[in-house]
Amino acid sequence: MCDTCGCNITDGNRHLIEEGGKHAHTDDGSVAVEVLQSLLSANDHQAAHNREHFDRHQLLAINLMSSPGSGKTRLLETTLDTIKKRYRMGVIEGDLETENDAQRIRQKGVEAVQITTGTACHLDAHLIHHALHQMNLDELDILFIENVGNLVCPASFDLGQHLNITLLSVTEGDDKPAKYPVIFRAADHVLITKSDLLAVLDDFNTEKAEQAVRHLAVEAPVTLISAKNGEGFETWLTWLDEQVQKQAERRAKGETTNPKLQTEGIHMHAHDTR
Amino acid sequence: MHELSICQAMLTQVEEIAQREHASQVTRILIRIGPLSGVVPELLQQAFTIARAGSVAANAELETELQSIRVRCQQCGAECDAETNRLICCECGDFRTQLISGDELLLARVELTREPEEEGTGKD
Repeated sequence: MCDTCGCNITDGNRHLIEEGGKHAHTDDGSVAVEVLQSLLSANDHQAAHNREHFDRHQLLAINLMSSPGSGKTRLLETTLDTIKKRYRMGVIEGDLETENDAQRIRQKGVEAVQITTGTACHLDAHLIHHALHQMNLDELDILFIENVGNLVCPASFDLGQHLNITLLSVTEGDDKPAKYPVIFRAADHVLITKSDLLAVLDDFNTEKAEQAVRHLAVEAPVTLISAKNGEGFETWLTWLDEQVQKQAERRAKGETTNPKLQTEGIHMHAHDTR
Repeated sequence: MHELSICQAMLTQVEEIAQREHASQVTRILIRIGPLSGVVPELLQQAFTIARAGSVAANAELETELQSIRVRCQQCGAECDAETNRLICCECGDFRTQLISGDELLLARVELTREPEEEGTGKD
């Protein structure tokens, strides 16, 4: 037990510290309040609310993250073309500026809402919530959220999605998972995109890239994929089918699922240190 | 540079706590950050000097406790220190480990000064 770091605070004794502060005075007489809550609790709260929306409407929400230009929109275009007869889909597009990506999606006959963040380098749960007001969730089986192209910041913000996809294009180099561990650790599926370029890029080692992902303790599938020649799409779409099925099974039991990271770790630490 | 967003979210929480505690001033904020949270403590410090202006924490110091990365192997059960991009088991080398520390992003403690008339009353 310890009185300095807050690890002895439980739901049962929290009020002793928060009210009156009699267990929490510092030496100089000011009051110390133990908190032990996520710095992003407001975002997490909104994300949980978004997830409830998705679950109530029986849809599966998938967040796509990668650096700019790794082929998120291109992946979506081919995916939508291939399975739009099977599923009703919608897309939320995140970019600093322009409506370009949403227009590309709409050309596929799929509803798309563009969020332009201005200077913000990531989407957050509140931005998603605003976008949801412009969509009819009852008419969707899958909602794709294409995050702002950025291999750093999007990983820290839960949007309410069920699953994360992290893309890595072969032009970026096979050591990216080692350089950007946070975003690859969040992945439920890693897609190595633009595999058609491997023929002219002999310095990208697919095995090395996968090994770098495994070194992050990630068990998620790693799939080599090309939206240009169709390589890997069977694997990717079969996985997607399975995830839609799993979401339906979860909903039948009244359950949901969080993306891999975020609050899961925090709850676990609280238990471990108690 | 998402540190400014995170800093603003932190200050919103601190403001709420200060209001609840009838505090006139926040003197110190302690946060715990793991290297796998995706937040850089130095950048958060820089963001804090901008974001705190005009808030109840305008004169507060921000202290960061950097947490170490620890994993537990799901195969052999060993617990090890690990690096941000190498989270495999140090005993058996298996990659199927669970992170037990290192991705924290926690507001741990807020130290504040009460308004004189509220001193010692605790509750209204």
